[in-house]
Amino acid sequence: MSRNVSTTRRSVVTIAAWGIGFLIFFPILWTILTSFKTEGEAIASPPSFLFFDWTLDSYREVNSRSDYPRHFWNSVVISFGSTFLGLLIAIPAAWAMAFVPGKRTKDVLMWMLSTKMMPSVGVLIPMYLMFRDFGLLDTRTGLVIVLTLINLPIIVWMLYTYFREIPGEILEAARMDGASLRSELIYVLTPMAVPGIASTLLLNVILSWNEAFWTLNLTAANAAPLTAFIASYSSPEGLFYAKLSAASTMAIAPILILGWFSQKQLVRGLTFGAVK
Amino acid sequence: MTPTLRALFGATALIALAGAANAKTTITVATVNNGDMIRMQGLMDDFYAKNPDIKVEWVTLEENILRQKVTTDIATKGGQFDVLTIGTYEVPIWGKQGWLLPLNDLPASYDVNDLLPAIRGGLTVDGNLYAAPFYGESSMVMYRRDLMEKAGLTMPDAPTWTEIKAAAAAMTDKASETYGICLRGKAGWGENMAFLTAMSNSYGARWFDENWQPQFDGAAWKATLTDYLELMNNYGPPGASNNGFNENLALFQQGHCGMWIDATVAASFVTGKDSTVADEVGFALAPDNGLGKRGNWLWAWSLGIPAGTQKADAAMKFVEWATSKEYLDLVASKEGWANVPPGTRTSLYMNPEYQKVPFAKMTLDSINAADPTHPTVDPVPYVGVQFVAIPEFQGIATAVGQQFSAALAGSISADDALAAAQTLTVREMTKAGYIK
Repeated sequence: MSRNVSTTRRSVVTIAAWGIGFLIFFPILWTILTSFKTEGEAIASPPSFLFFDWTLDSYREVNSRSDYPRHFWNSVVISFGSTFLGLLIAIPAAWAMAFVPGKRTKDVLMWMLSTKMMPSVGVLIPMYLMFRDFGLLDTRTGLVIVLTLINLPIIVWMLYTYFREIPGEILEAARMDGASLRSELIYVLTPMAVPGIASTLLLNVILSWNEAFWTLNLTAANAAPLTAFIASYSSPEGLFYAKLSAASTMAIAPILILGWFSQKQLVRGLTFGAVK
Repeated sequence: MTPTLRALFGATALIALAGAANAKTTITVATVNNGDMIRMQGLMDDFYAKNPDIKVEWVTLEENILRQKVTTDIATKGGQFDVLTIGTYEVPIWGKQGWLLPLNDLPASYDVNDLLPAIRGGLTVDGNLYAAPFYGESSMVMYRRDLMEKAGLTMPDAPTWTEIKAAAAAMTDKASETYGICLRGKAGWGENMAFLTAMSNSYGARWFDENWQPQFDGAAWKATLTDYLELMNNYGPPGASNNGFNENLALFQQGHCGMWIDATVAASFVTGKDSTVADEVGFALAPDNGLGKRGNWLWAWSLGIPAGTQKADAAMKFVEWATSKEYLDLVASKEGWANVPPGTRTSLYMNPEYQKVPFAKMTLDSINAADPTHPTVDPVPYVGVQFVAIPEFQGIATAVGQQFSAALAGSISADDALAAAQTLTVREMTKAGYIK
């Protein structure tokens, strides 16, 4: 009897989980479906879910109007570039905070996080002026630097959490065996923290890929990534929903696929240390 | 120097010279995503044939993003753009700041006197033209002829607000989801406040008196907002406080609106292939109240050249080409007269071919009915029909728009919305130094 109740309960939970999952995924599904409609069908009321004349017109138009490969490549360079640069800085920083904490380590961590609480637009003009003076406007280098700085607090925090789960004795043993600081970081700490580093990397790539404020404001024609590609299809006056949906689908597809294949690592990384 | 070395140097110099001769000047054009601008991007072969030494890079963005971006760039002299697509709101402010190059050196063949006076006036500061209009628009009434006929009514060419109210009441049939009137309700200085400011002009209201004192506590604004709310609450679609241009366009095209008062540019959409009521649409001037001012606005997307550009000559050539008479002919030959950017040149409206376009005359009449320097009945210290050309206006009008949108949603009363609008406008104008 209790087994039956448990199965029923499990079914209910499973259905509820699928339902919530579907609800969360629905906007993306709707975007994908709209991208295959005509502009007229995209605004039709009541909207049709599956039974409409499927067309690739919007994709054709988006491809003829915009240089998708250039935007895509810019997104790849910017998101992976900022992630690798961020990891390069954050791994030693997190190591120091996790294994050699000082009196103010917690304060430093909180201060780093507090920088995320400031609205970006508050520093737009000073940042713009610095970018102008250093010749970084509309360059991928400039965006790699700014996205690294923006995401650094999150990377350091995540790595700090993972590193704290690693017994300090192992590092101590390595030191006793004569490992230098560099060897300790590269050959002992990093291999043990690979799942944590991988999930930090993935999350950071996703965050950088989706970042829209700085990537829109600091670029023009050369370094504009996929966020600018999407923004070019929105308009307050005109019919554009189908084309905007096609552009959005093309922009999110790579990161959706990456997320799909790496979901195990992502979930593991995000829940690491959550239950003790 | 050996003969071989000499030959090598000579060859290098020749290659360098050849390279320089072929070098193209690349200009970056920032523009909005609208049909006319996108169409121009498809017609660039004509420009390249005439200017083989210039290459154009496009940065197309949504209007509000573009506005933020080009404002940042021009205010900091970032130099990312060589040509900017800007509206009639920005041109007087930026021209006065010295952020734009004056377009005084346009050749005689450009025929600057052919530009529509109302549009040209809005782009001129102290006698200098600071941007060339690419397309101009006003607002007008678009209505369903079949529904009017069914209701036994005829829409005059120049209706009054009373006639609009009567028509809205007669056409409303909520059971069949047919609403007499669709108007903007979404909060924003370019959304509901564009419509309401233009409407208020026809009621004799004004944003500020000659001493920059806000006027929301006056009878004219109260009458404007009360009539707007009455129209929308009784004859408008549900959820109208979220409706902007695109939402109303969708409603009209699907046959849910008896009337829609909005931008003249919508005419080509409601009569286009995506509209289910394309054959039943009629046009009329925006309504008035017998006070000598109509409730229509005036807007032009124009091309300006930032003062900090290093490529002013190439930028000027592009602006000249894109806003020329020849460009209008080019669009007509490739895409038909209905797709020619409207509202910029007198000669276009004299063209017998263009006169056949159903909404051509009404667009011209609507544009001519607006006067940015005398927008309302009483004198005002500002320029602009549906806006006030001061930098503070965007923020203030959006905040006021939120109050009026809340009144439409039923969260606050009209009186409370007006009182809040008055308080916040007085506060911001005092802070900005207009009120001493």
